[in-house]
Amino acid sequence: MQDYLSILIKAVFIENLALAFFLGMCTFLALSKKISTAIGLGIAVIVVQGLTVPVNNLIYQHLLKEGALAWAGLPEVDLSFLGLISYIGVIAAMVQILEMFLDRFMPALYSALGVFLPLITVNCAIMGGSLFMVERDYGFGESVTYGLGSGIGWALAIAALAGVREKLKYSDVPDGLQGLGITFITVGLMSLGFMAFSGIQL
Amino acid sequence: MAQSQAMKVLTEPLVNNNPIALQILGICSALAVTNQVATALLMSAALTAVTACSNVSISLIRNHIPSSIRIIVQMTIIASLVIVVDQLLKAFAYDLAKQMSVFVGLIITNCIVMGRAEAFAMKEPPGLAFLDGIGNGLGYSLILVLVGAIRELFGSGSLLGYQLLPLASAGGWYTPIGLMLLPPSAFFIIGFLIWGVRSWKPDQVEEAEYQIHQVHRTEVV
Repeated sequence: MQDYLSILIKAVFIENLALAFFLGMCTFLALSKKISTAIGLGIAVIVVQGLTVPVNNLIYQHLLKEGALAWAGLPEVDLSFLGLISYIGVIAAMVQILEMFLDRFMPALYSALGVFLPLITVNCAIMGGSLFMVERDYGFGESVTYGLGSGIGWALAIAALAGVREKLKYSDVPDGLQGLGITFITVGLMSLGFMAFSGIQL
Repeated sequence: MAQSQAMKVLTEPLVNNNPIALQILGICSALAVTNQVATALLMSAALTAVTACSNVSISLIRNHIPSSIRIIVQMTIIASLVIVVDQLLKAFAYDLAKQMSVFVGLIITNCIVMGRAEAFAMKEPPGLAFLDGIGNGLGYSLILVLVGAIRELFGSGSLLGYQLLPLASAGGWYTPIGLMLLPPSAFFIIGFLIWGVRSWKPDQVEEAEYQIHQVHRTEVV
């Protein structure tokens, strides 16, 4: 139990996907102008991340890993080089299924998230989450925790940045720094703040 | 004419339409692999190769891809190319590939590759698409290597592993700036680079959303 808790806290704060690993930066910078958009996108990321990391974990542990096909009588087969293409396929398929599911059963949520769902397929945070899961060789339970935790961390970061940017538009920024430049510096300062968490021993 | 157009496609993305500084594409990996010049160079080479090859392949079959499934087709081509690059790196540069960990795989979701495929390769012939891929790859590499060089030089006093500034801990005079090796510095450096580029090319400056009222002296009095 304590193990899961430490993975969760680590994924949300210490190893924040956006601020410590720079994942999902494109959407992070492009869609953080308004708090409401940022929160919608954040929730979509939490949901997709919480689903795809465990599913990719099952695929990795039972199909691709070296010796994973022992149950099919092929103990020496190593398919891990197919990893990248399978994970991206799973992500694209999951996003599509989620979209159809929400459209059918939760139209209100669908119209709120609608625009952001397709964008998530090409969000590096999602792919990165799956790749980190493989690199650290998480079990199924750990991968569920990690998926949710890293999604929450990303959502937290984008919501906070949107809050800062909403205030920032009233400030007097030098011409050359206007827009993208000052956003980079803001994110740098936020990342500096999040680094303070790295002193936490778990 | 044909030649000048080719030159334009090749050189435009270097400064005037830089993928990182202006198009906001592919920033994820730009920041993560730049604490050393060596990883930055390897990453740039990998990305340039993937962008050029994917642009050519997609451009070759552009008239045969039904537009409703084009994203999946592009994704499959890109993912296959990235697998090839990943296996090559693991075979010939294992130590560096280990340091770059997941970021080679993340070329798949790098927006530059996808963005150029969608915006350029779907419309233009293979030759031009190839040049466009190389050009955008080089524009990306330029920023990556620059940031990598600044971070490695000031963070550990070396370039490509050669010690240029003798470290204080080894009897020299230079005390390394530890912050340079940590994530936040990459954000600051790119922020300042963008400032530099936009002061040099003022037409890239973004319009302010909210104009601050200019106070004239007469009003104050």
